[in-house]
Amino acid sequence: MAKDKKHNTEIVTKPQWFDGESVTIPMLQILKEDGSFHKNADMPEYDKDLIVKIHDTMQFIRTLDERMIAAQRQGRISFYLASRGEEAESVASAAALDDGDMIMGQYREQGALAYRGFTVEQFMNQLFSNEKDLGKGRQMPVHYGCADLNFMTISSPLGTQIPQATGYAFGQKMDKTGKCTICYFGEGAASEGDFHAALNMASVYKVPVIFFCRNNGYAISTPSQGEQYGGDGIAPRGIGYGMKTIRIDGNDVFAVLKATQEARRLAVEENEPVLIEAMSYRMSGHSTSDDPTGYRTREEEDDWKVKDPLDRLQKWMMNEGWLDKDHVEEHHAEVKAKVLAALKEAEKVPAPHIDELINDVYDEPTPLLKEQLEELKEHIRKYPDAYPKTSGRID
Amino acid sequence: MAKMNLLQAINSALDLAMAKHDNVYSFGEDTGGFGGVFRATSGLTEKYGKHRNFNTPLVEQGIIGFANGLASQGSYAVAEIQFGDYIFPAFDQIVNESAKFRYRSGNEFDVGGLTIRTPYGGGIAGGHYHSQSPEAYFAHTPGMKIVTPRNPYEAKGLLLSAIFDKNPVLFMEPKRLYRASTGEVPEEEYTIPLGKADVVKEGTDITVLGWGAQMEVTEKAVEKAEQDGVSCEVIDLRTILPWDVETVTQSVLKTGRLVISQEAPITGGFASEIAATVQDKCFLYLESPIARVSGIDVPYPLCHEKEYMADHLKIYEAIKRSMNY
Repeated sequence: MAKDKKHNTEIVTKPQWFDGESVTIPMLQILKEDGSFHKNADMPEYDKDLIVKIHDTMQFIRTLDERMIAAQRQGRISFYLASRGEEAESVASAAALDDGDMIMGQYREQGALAYRGFTVEQFMNQLFSNEKDLGKGRQMPVHYGCADLNFMTISSPLGTQIPQATGYAFGQKMDKTGKCTICYFGEGAASEGDFHAALNMASVYKVPVIFFCRNNGYAISTPSQGEQYGGDGIAPRGIGYGMKTIRIDGNDVFAVLKATQEARRLAVEENEPVLIEAMSYRMSGHSTSDDPTGYRTREEEDDWKVKDPLDRLQKWMMNEGWLDKDHVEEHHAEVKAKVLAALKEAEKVPAPHIDELINDVYDEPTPLLKEQLEELKEHIRKYPDAYPKTSGRID
Repeated sequence: MAKMNLLQAINSALDLAMAKHDNVYSFGEDTGGFGGVFRATSGLTEKYGKHRNFNTPLVEQGIIGFANGLASQGSYAVAEIQFGDYIFPAFDQIVNESAKFRYRSGNEFDVGGLTIRTPYGGGIAGGHYHSQSPEAYFAHTPGMKIVTPRNPYEAKGLLLSAIFDKNPVLFMEPKRLYRASTGEVPEEEYTIPLGKADVVKEGTDITVLGWGAQMEVTEKAVEKAEQDGVSCEVIDLRTILPWDVETVTQSVLKTGRLVISQEAPITGGFASEIAATVQDKCFLYLESPIARVSGIDVPYPLCHEKEYMADHLKIYEAIKRSMNY
């Protein structure tokens, strides 16, 4: 066959069309729904301590989510976003990383943050926007961030963290840190321009970044298949950008662990950016402001319940003798008690002082900002009852 | 000292910044070995390598997203947007990300190392999409700094300050003056503080304020007014956000009159913000209404560019009207 050297492509003399069927991308699964391994599967590196830590973190997050949804229903916090059904994705991928790797999340990756060691008190302080919150009470619940744990503060606009991950990983590569960046996002966010910019630039610059797409079936109410995309999901886009790409069962802890371990090796040792598309299902609503009964059926939800990542892992661990029912129940009760105690404590912590209002806009408040704050405080002093959160300790 | 035009001064600032720290990166569309469509980054790849001064794919939102990430990692990211008119795909990354990075994280993270360079403004027969002055959109965004120089000396000192400032800076370069404006510039490093306006010329009768390329026309208008016996105090704002309220109001308290000129359309322009603040702080000292001399509210025109521009004659007329009010 002749070759066009300029474009590095074969020449054909009859039209050859390519379409979504030209490449079919399979899904890696190691742990079956019944809690047993596929025979001859390539296994990730793991030991009992790692799997127990993954399990306990997944169970912690599920319990935290349940309690916080209840707290929102009781009117104690304004808003919440649960990750039920997707715990394996964030927890097992974080478990495949080095603690020095940067995590850039979308907003449903509390599992990764918990795995890194964010405490229940830290979670609560953020959720209650109190003065102990690292983010100084400035963002809605679930917009966590922690420099010490290399977990970038969450931003609501979708997809913005994806090109930032490319840039962050570029810096890691240039500084020869031996670290990488993992960037989580949903299949809906993958429609944003930022996603395409990010993958293209990562492919051009060969940076150590892992793009981790949580394909959970819905972007709020919009189903992925046929309404979010017309092709075969997100994975083929990685190939289009010349990137190492894999599709995995996102509800299988072992598949997530295996794929992310390999991805990290490719990223750090070979400066290969990687795209992982993890197939899962958002068991909860998008947020506490959402009611999924308006757009999906009970039957569909039931179909996915049998694929639940935590149940599946527990089945395997129990067969293996690494877990017993008592531990599950005790751990659940323990987490629940801890969460409730921390919740009560965090509720009592006051909001940040009004002076914090103008800090961090710039590294130093500008003269104009100081003037505006003084005017505001003067007004609050005049009408203290209207601003009870701050008037009590304004001076 | 060396004679430089504004582009050479910018190139010199980039060169010195990159020599100073290994983690200063310069990038944008065509800014690599080619040196950018205006040649602001020429020679930098040869000197610092293709990993420190490089091309990006053609995607402005990606350029600034990448730059935000790189700056948040602790590097100095100097991103070029080829024309100010093409900055809008990156609007979200600038307004929602760069500007809020520190605030939203409670200072856990910041993009202080970010500088966005972009040529702006008209007078080069560039029509709608190579002539706009988009400063007002960004001036409405707490967390950003916006800086624009009037000549080569200012360009180098302000750009060096911008690159090493601890906040994200939008550095708007008056492209009409890239080669037209020349002057003596120190070859070594020096800085000009951000947030500080420059009283270019002291006077007693009227304050005439502008920034960037408008300073050239302002000075021409003032020359003409002074021939009529009007003593003008000329101020270059230099930093549009956060702007130097103190210097401007002190001047107006002295002169009692203010003319502000800008290239952008009048409605919602930054001149309006200045006028509102000055009337608030200097109300009883004003001898005449504050005048805004600016473009009119049309998309930037091509064939009527000369008519559209806030030129020296329009500023001169505004000075006369103010004096004779």
